[in-house]
Amino acid sequence: MTQASPLQHDCPALGQGRAIRLAEGARPEITFYIDGTAAVAQAGDTVLTAILMSRRAVRHAEFGPEERAGFCLMGACQDCWIWTEEGHRLRACSTPIRAGMRLCLAPPDLWPAGMKANLP
Amino acid sequence: MSTVLIVGAGPAGIRAAQMLVQAGLHPVVVDEAARAGGQVYRRPPEGFLRTPAQLYGTEAGKAVRLHRDFDEMVARGQITYLPERSVVALSPKSAADGGGGVAHVLGTDRREVAYDRLILATGATDRLAPVAGWQQAGVYSLGAAQIALKAQGVSLGRRIVLAGTGPLLTLLAYQLVCAGAHVAQVLDTSPLGTQMRGGLRMAAARPWVTARGLRLRARLGRRYKAGVRLEEITGGVGGVEAIRWRDARGHSHMTECDMVGLGWHLRADGHLPDLAGAEFTFSPVYHQWMVQADELGRAGAGLYLAGDGLAILGADGAELAGALAAIACLADLGLSHPSPVGLLRRARRMARFAEGLAQAFPWPAHAVATLSHDTVICRCEGITAGCLRQTATLSGPDANRAKSLSRVGMGRCQGRYCQLAGAEIVAAATAQDVADIGRLRAQPPVRPAPIGAWLRPAGCATDPAARLAPGQRQIPLPDRDI
Repeated sequence: MTQASPLQHDCPALGQGRAIRLAEGARPEITFYIDGTAAVAQAGDTVLTAILMSRRAVRHAEFGPEERAGFCLMGACQDCWIWTEEGHRLRACSTPIRAGMRLCLAPPDLWPAGMKANLP
Repeated sequence: MSTVLIVGAGPAGIRAAQMLVQAGLHPVVVDEAARAGGQVYRRPPEGFLRTPAQLYGTEAGKAVRLHRDFDEMVARGQITYLPERSVVALSPKSAADGGGGVAHVLGTDRREVAYDRLILATGATDRLAPVAGWQQAGVYSLGAAQIALKAQGVSLGRRIVLAGTGPLLTLLAYQLVCAGAHVAQVLDTSPLGTQMRGGLRMAAARPWVTARGLRLRARLGRRYKAGVRLEEITGGVGGVEAIRWRDARGHSHMTECDMVGLGWHLRADGHLPDLAGAEFTFSPVYHQWMVQADELGRAGAGLYLAGDGLAILGADGAELAGALAAIACLADLGLSHPSPVGLLRRARRMARFAEGLAQAFPWPAHAVATLSHDTVICRCEGITAGCLRQTATLSGPDANRAKSLSRVGMGRCQGRYCQLAGAEIVAAATAQDVADIGRLRAQPPVRPAPIGAWLRPAGCATDPAARLAPGQRQIPLPDRDI
């Protein structure tokens, strides 16, 4: 169960995302889910690339009105944290997309993920 | 046999590992990427088809050699390679306890790697100066835009403006144009006269490399403007929409765009050297805090630095520095090693070039110190220049007290993208020199880490399949949680 994403409105009328492929665009397609909606990525995409193919941003800022779409892409700024439906958090720029991944652009109700279940 | 831990598998880390292997050692190499190469020679994931020439241009030969040399060491079992892992903390032992220490390594599992000697080759990040509006979606570091192109084959916008200064500004613009991206404007904050003065020193040290840079610049044509002042990045619901800037004559311009790349050359990353006990000094040349080390990279007992984290010499200099740090390490271990003389001579030439480059493409200290009150300094937590100036009256001229009171430097990036700008603002607000403000102390973990990783025991072997004690098991973390 996830909250409706506040980012859904921000796709321009064309339905375009932020990223555009300039090369290597013929890899196998895989399906994953953004806030429950199916989306298409290519094998080898990072989670960030995969989301930005159809979205303008990956999350809302916690301390301001703006949205965020990643910043450094090298794991140093931590701007691109998003969530899985199970309530885990991941860094989109350094996580490869996998078929069937179910991602949330806002914290799901379960977050932080079942700490009890993870304790020894 | 002594265990040498190398952190980072870019050009410096790879050459350091190779030198140690040639001397008969078996180093442990921890790297955050899935495939070795560092940022400059970053390799796309498996299944990508562009050739090295397409990916690395004139540097393709160097990239191929580094990748091949590293992959061969892995294939021959000459190193223990721990990719996709971060060293998040260090527990160094005192020299009285025999030196060395333990590295806390986090990836899909947590490990504790004991080492006798430590070579840090953790590189640099883009050096960022805030611009009003830079917190919006669609503003990236220059390095980010290059990684997107190199490792993913994507552009992060349809109409791009690149701004800042340094060699990457020109190189990235050229690479994006060649790849078919729409680069609307390239805005260099360094005036042409400043570039000329530094450029002469660059050309004296490395004429061919300097000429190559000029050729790339020429290809940008009228898109390129020098001596600009960046005023504001404006945007709306979907992120960046335009950038407002003034040209060298003071005329105001507005350029529409949906992506802005920013960067002012590089910032040496000091987190792990700090935790390892290195001393820092403010470098007037690079206008940032750099680790104190001897010419070979010795930064303390059993501690060596190499690459852009030591001195911002670029990829060629990093290869030399990696070999030099390993030679210092071998010498200190009493093992036979090649003479460093030839490498040192080449490294000195790289340093002369780098000093010219730092002069040609300076940090915009004045522009940062005079940013408007409502400009966000800390992107992580949305803290403005005005807020930081207010706290400076309480903190006084002290970077760490200013951080405690304002939280600039305390967010998720741990100060990597705000601390230089923050120091500039605190220095100006307290009428001190930025070198007298001090530098932010590094705090472990240097990457975000889930507390759950420490609630369970670590597998302390570096090769868990072979060396885990009976009954000990690797603890997988849930799906790369951070």
